[in-house]
Amino acid sequence: MATLELGIDEQVAAGPAGRTRRLGPLFWAAVGWTVFILAAAALASLLPLPSPTDMDMLERRAPMSLQHWLGTDGLGRDELARLIHGARISLTVGLCAPVIGVAIGGALGMLAGYFRGRFETLVVGSMDVLLAFPPLILALAVTAYLGQSLLNLTCILGVLGIPAFMRVARAATLTLSRREFVIAAQALGATHVRILLRELLPNVFLPLLAFFLLGVAVTIVVEGALSFLGLGVPPPISSWGSMIGEGRESLEIAPRLAFIPAIAMFLTVLSFNLIGDTLRALTDPRQGAL
Amino acid sequence: MLGFVARRLLYLVPVLVAVSLLTFLIASLLPGDLAYVILGDQATPEKVAALRHDLGLDQPVWWRYLSWLGHVLEGDFGRSFRTGQTVLQAVAERLPVSLELMFFAEIAGLAIGVPVAIACAVRSGSAFDRFMTGSAFGMLSVPTFLSAILLIYLFAVELRWLPATGYVPFAEDPVANLRFMVLPALTLALAEWPGIMRVLRSDMIATLQEDYIALAKAKGLKASRILFVHALKPSSLTLITVTGINIGRLIGGALIVETIFALPGIGRLLVGAIYTRDLIILQGVVLFVAGGFVVMNFVVDMLYAVLDPRIRHGHA
Repeated sequence: MATLELGIDEQVAAGPAGRTRRLGPLFWAAVGWTVFILAAAALASLLPLPSPTDMDMLERRAPMSLQHWLGTDGLGRDELARLIHGARISLTVGLCAPVIGVAIGGALGMLAGYFRGRFETLVVGSMDVLLAFPPLILALAVTAYLGQSLLNLTCILGVLGIPAFMRVARAATLTLSRREFVIAAQALGATHVRILLRELLPNVFLPLLAFFLLGVAVTIVVEGALSFLGLGVPPPISSWGSMIGEGRESLEIAPRLAFIPAIAMFLTVLSFNLIGDTLRALTDPRQGAL
Repeated sequence: MLGFVARRLLYLVPVLVAVSLLTFLIASLLPGDLAYVILGDQATPEKVAALRHDLGLDQPVWWRYLSWLGHVLEGDFGRSFRTGQTVLQAVAERLPVSLELMFFAEIAGLAIGVPVAIACAVRSGSAFDRFMTGSAFGMLSVPTFLSAILLIYLFAVELRWLPATGYVPFAEDPVANLRFMVLPALTLALAEWPGIMRVLRSDMIATLQEDYIALAKAKGLKASRILFVHALKPSSLTLITVTGINIGRLIGGALIVETIFALPGIGRLLVGAIYTRDLIILQGVVLFVAGGFVVMNFVVDMLYAVLDPRIRHGHA
């Protein structure tokens, strides 16, 4: 079934089993870019940047210069400032929505995988209903009714992520519950709460974290798509998606206005994918890590 | 087998009911009264109340849901209050465009993905394999709307080979129709091939280690025959699965692509309905698409069961 476009088991280990995995320069480059863009977004208001909303009609689509490092957009706003402030929006939604997904989905999945029975059927069934909607369609429909705001957008994308996280948490819990250390804890008389929090959670945490990073990548893309269509964050605020959407209008005169945010978005999504995928490969029991 | 189909069909019913309920609840519980949308903000309360009564909006929610569901089951999805068109008419008009787009996208995706996967599987671990696997991974990080813009810039703005936006029905002018389809389908295919390639590649690597491939080689069969006939056949199941998994993404992608390239398909109908706040069309189209999606997934599940995966490698 299609979850939020996350492939769960696409890779079969191609290399010889048991080979120690080195993280490699690409992984560290991805980490470096992520840290850089997160820092830039967090410190946006402290950086010596012009305001991202100040218009200068005399300097529309100005080329790159010392004053405007990346030039200005169609309304004479500083492109670099908009890019960094846009990163704030894209990353806020991109990080907060999967937090909702991982918290609710992870909890539901662990409970379903641990207690089984009716509860599991109910949870899996209701997730199937959520999965029955193509994600982008559901996101569009709900934003259309709820109205566009940063909070609404984050919540919708968060809810859309729940089934995927639920599946990962449930699958991991199912196999872990049958392991000796859980049975031993049960035999020692540990309460359900203790087993879930002290025995299972630490083991489910890493696969969930890996999936969380992949979820961030997907969410940034979906948020970008919605904003690109003009249905994401409302206009005065700009995210990368809406910047690309605006840049598209002047593709013939100043293609850079679409391509600069596009490159930033691509690098960020790629970085989260790379880090998430590496972590997943490290924690995936099917690839001989356990 | 029949029992399995029957069980899955029975399971389909509650899912479809839940989908219709969710679609209806999204449309009716969330703010934005249909009467106000139709009459505008300036309407007098009396007029609004009268219209609400006409539309049945003053009835309890469960009653409205049941009567709506009853109409839907009779094939009446409602009528747009803006254009007067029924939902079914609108969908029937737009559906061929979307289907054509998705068809060409899938064909192009397979045309790129399958040969690349085979070439990579044959020389797995080689520089070519590593390069293509890396590119596929990179392409997974390119959102549809980015590749759309890149393609428009390359082929429509710089080279001027193809039109950037527009549409002509196939029946009117097949050549023009295909010219308008190239860039949108290619955009979607760019998002499709990495998934196809990655799955097929790992599948083929496993298949190529099977004894019967060694036997085929020993018999002296041509390499191309071994690859395309003997090795690809067991992977057809995987291809069906990938295609099934990708339907959801394809529908979402088609929505974006149709909007960017101004193709009058289902996706553009939906986005247009959102822009004009045409709630009836929105509700009908969402139900239609989600329902279709559920049925598609069911069909893929069935195909999967028919071609039992355990017979593939003999040791799964």
